[in-house]
Order: sequence, then structure tokens, then C-alpha cells
Amino acid sequence: MILLSAKGLKLAFGGVKAADGIDLDVRNGEFLAIIGPNGAGKTTFINMVTGYLTPQAGEIHYDGQPLLGLAPRRLVRLGIARSFQLPQLFLEHTVAENVALAIAAREGLWSPIRPLMRSAWRAEADDILAQFDLSDIAERRADTLNEGARKLTDIAMAVALKPRLILMDEPTSGVAASEKISIVATLVRVLRTAGVTAVFVEHDMDVVSRFADRVAVWSQGKIAALGPPGAVLTDPNVLHDVIGIETEAGHAAA
Amino acid sequence: MSRYADLVLTLLAAAFVLALSWAVPWLRFVMTIAIAKGLAVLGILLLLRAGQVSFGHALYLSLAAYVVAFMAARIPEVLLLLPLAAVVAASIGLLVGLFVSRYRAIFFGMLNLALSMVFYSMLDKFYEVTRGGDGIRVPVTSFAGAVLSPDQQSWALLILALVLAIGFGAFVRLYLLSPMGSALSALKTREARLEFMGVPARRVILSAYVLSALMAGCGGALIALSTRHVTPALAYWTASGELVFIAILGGAGSVFGPFLGALAYELTRTYAAALVADAWQMILGTVLLVVILFAPGGLWGIGRALVVRGRQA
Repeated sequence: MILLSAKGLKLAFGGVKAADGIDLDVRNGEFLAIIGPNGAGKTTFINMVTGYLTPQAGEIHYDGQPLLGLAPRRLVRLGIARSFQLPQLFLEHTVAENVALAIAAREGLWSPIRPLMRSAWRAEADDILAQFDLSDIAERRADTLNEGARKLTDIAMAVALKPRLILMDEPTSGVAASEKISIVATLVRVLRTAGVTAVFVEHDMDVVSRFADRVAVWSQGKIAALGPPGAVLTDPNVLHDVIGIETEAGHAAA
Repeated sequence: MSRYADLVLTLLAAAFVLALSWAVPWLRFVMTIAIAKGLAVLGILLLLRAGQVSFGHALYLSLAAYVVAFMAARIPEVLLLLPLAAVVAASIGLLVGLFVSRYRAIFFGMLNLALSMVFYSMLDKFYEVTRGGDGIRVPVTSFAGAVLSPDQQSWALLILALVLAIGFGAFVRLYLLSPMGSALSALKTREARLEFMGVPARRVILSAYVLSALMAGCGGALIALSTRHVTPALAYWTASGELVFIAILGGAGSVFGPFLGALAYELTRTYAAALVADAWQMILGTVLLVVILFAPGGLWGIGRALVVRGRQA
């Protein structure tokens, strides 16, 4: 079943084509990785799906429903959440409060007198943090965390919204190489358990080959290749053009 | 601080105000005005939590004061005039808030300033209605149906001010711990994230804005009832600046800050004006500089740090 469908998306910034006729279907329950060089339009795709940017042409359907023109907060209500390349945490709050705020947002946070850290929300926040192995830092202020913890907290906040689809922009960027695999393993475990479909932009091919069900290769605003990691990441053209590894076949194609 | 500690401190502060007003009767008026301004500053504190500074909140204070002045002849009852004035201020706050909540930072501050100065100009220029710079004298009002002597009236207004301060202080304390209050400080650091969580940031700031207008309205009504004379000076930009000044002086870290700041401000102004009539603004300016440079948490922050240090010693 197709959860998200983009057809003919076009968006240019001046002369730079960030999306030049993007057609992409995201299947329910899959983990789709988007790879490609910087400036290829990967983040632009996430920004278009989440309502931050409006394409100049094309359409996006989510669960059969047109998305274009809907504000980000309306998309959240439909079950679409995102995390950011630079984690967007509420810096004056603790990690637990950040997650509780996301829970409150999901529940429609309009009580002006009941506490944010009421028992039910506190328990749910603790449960989500435990799933992400973040219980130890629950009471730390967000502005004191290392990059790995910030990334996971950012994604934990998105998961607290109980989305059906999550879009993650470079979940391992800025994270120490030694932590990358364990961080992605943690978030994949949580998302698979929750039955969340994921689209994530990633530069680390090891992460992509281990955790993605399919890979879409972005190049100059177009999808250059799409398929299982085993097939895409061994394609000589992808290796040459996107990853920058020279092979005989890739060299000949170039 | 815990709820229990806050309650004890509130009762001690109220007892101190009442005792001082009993021991030094002329301070009763100063205390009432200080608490009235503290109410308005409590609203400034809410907006500061969202990283927004209003340089025009004297609009709501003066609007409520003029409502009292206009309506006192028809409704000469304090317990009706005050809520009426506060509701009018909150209603105008809602209308203005729908507009200014679209803006942030300097634009938010300056739009508030501009609107308050428009109101000041109307008060000053429409002499036939407002009596211009001469202002309007507020007639004698009853309190709960009883016409009180001036001495009794001043006690009644002080106690009313204290009740409002405790009530709004308790409400704002709860508000800041609620999701709405937490969203205010979240808005300060990551407004876009709030939107991507499904929270309309404008509604978050609008709610705080209307609440701040309501509290400023209560403060303005108390000032009109205490001074029994309102003039356009209440709406002038320096009056708005005074509220921001008090917020910084008292500190935005607690609901006690605005009242502590307002008491310190009014007492300093009263004594400094008496002792050095030509230089009291300079004294206040120096105090503000010292607070900004050495105690960004304001007087409340200084007091809290001293208590913490005392416990550790």
C-alpha cells in the first residue's frame, strides 16, 4: 500500500533546480533512505512534504489525500512528523519536558492550569525516553546535551506525536562515527515497533545499507536510482556519480 | 520553589505590606500603586517568557483607568468598576493581540509602542471627551455598597490589590507550569518546532497577551480608584517603559519578581524624589544598570541566590 505519493514535483531556487520532476511513492511501513550529494534537493523534498516549502508544480498525496497547501500543523494532525538536521529542541526545558510538550501538543495542549508534567504525560514521556535509551538524561536541560542525545531527543519528540509517517533529515549528521550505528539501530527499533513509516536523508552508506528497505538516489533535483540497497549501492553509476567511488564500469559510463 | 514555600512567602509578603501600611499610613497609597503596577508587570513577565517585550502595555493600564473615570459617575461601585475596566482592557487586548501576535522581537515591541502612543494622542487631543492633559477626576465610589471614609477606602483598595495580586500570582504560577506556559518559553527558542508539532504559535502568544492586558487592566483600575484622577500621562511611552523597567528590576524568574520590583521602584522613587528631587531618575537608571550588569535575574534573583548561598554555608 502506498502511504505517500509525490508526482511531478518541481521547485527551483533562482536557477538551481532543487526538484525537477520528482516522482516517488513511499510504501506503508518501509524505511526509505534518500542519498545524494549536497544541494541535490533531498532536504527540499522533506520540506515540501511537511508544508515548509510549496512546489511550483506537481502534487503530493498522503493516504490518498492531497497535501499541498496544508500548513505544517495541519499535516501533524494527519500523522506526518519530522525531525531536523539541526535538532530543534526547546533549550530551556529538560529532555522529559521536551517530550511531554510534544505529547501535550498531540493532545491539544490548551489547559492553562493543569501542569505539563502531569502523571499520565510524565509516564508516557518516561516510556518514550526509555525506548530511546534516554532515561538517564531525562532531567537534563536540552542545551547541555551532546549531538547524539540531541538527535535522539529530536526524534523522540516526533515519535511522541504518534505519527504514521516520519521524515528525518540526516539523523546521524554531527554524531560521532562510533555512535552512528547504535543511534540508528535504536531509532529503527522504536519506529518499527510503533509501525511508523520512515523517510530519512542520510550520507552514511553503512547506515543506509544496514537499515533502509529501499534507497532513492537524488541528483540535481531528480531521482537517479531507486531500489533495494543491495542493488542501488552496487550500481556503478551511483557509486561514481553520487558516492564518488571509481569503478571500471562507472568510469566508462562517465 | 515548592508550592508550600511560595505560599509561606506570599503570606509573609502580604503581612509585611499590611504591617508597613499600618505603621506608616502614607505608604498605604504607595503600596497600592506598586501592587497595581506589579499586576501589569506580571503580564510583561508572561510576554518576556516568550522572548517578547511590549513597550506599549500602558495602553491597557490607561484604558482601564479611563473606563473607571468615565463610568464611575454611572456605576459608583468599586467591585463593578474594576471587573468592567479589566474586561474592556482584555477585549481590546484581544483585538490588538490578533494583529501584533503576528510579529516578533523589535516589531512586536514597536507596534505595541505605536498603538499605545495613538491612544495617548487620542486622550490628549480629544479634549471635549477626555479633558486632554487636564485629565478626569474620578468621583467618590462605594465599596461593596458602603461609602467608606478616605482612610477606610485606602485600606479597602490596598486589600483588594493584595487579593488580586495573590490571585493572579497563583494563576500565573500555574499557567507557567502548564503546557500553555511551557509553550511560551518553547516559542522563545524554537517557534518553528512548535508549528511542526501542531501547535499554533500565534495562539500561544495571543493567550498570554490577552491575559497580560487583563492584568494591566486590573492595575489601571486600581490606580484610577486610588489616585482618583486620570491623565494621558498614564498612556505615555515612558509609562510603558516603566513597566519594562520594573520587570527587569524585579526579575522574570518568578511571579514574585514583578511585585518585588514594583515595590522597590515605587519606594526608591518616593524617597529619592524627596531626598534628591532633581536626580531621582539618575538614581533609578543607575540601579537598572547595576541590575542588568551584575544581576540579570533581578532583585528576585539576588534574593534567591542569597538564600541558596545561606543554605549551603
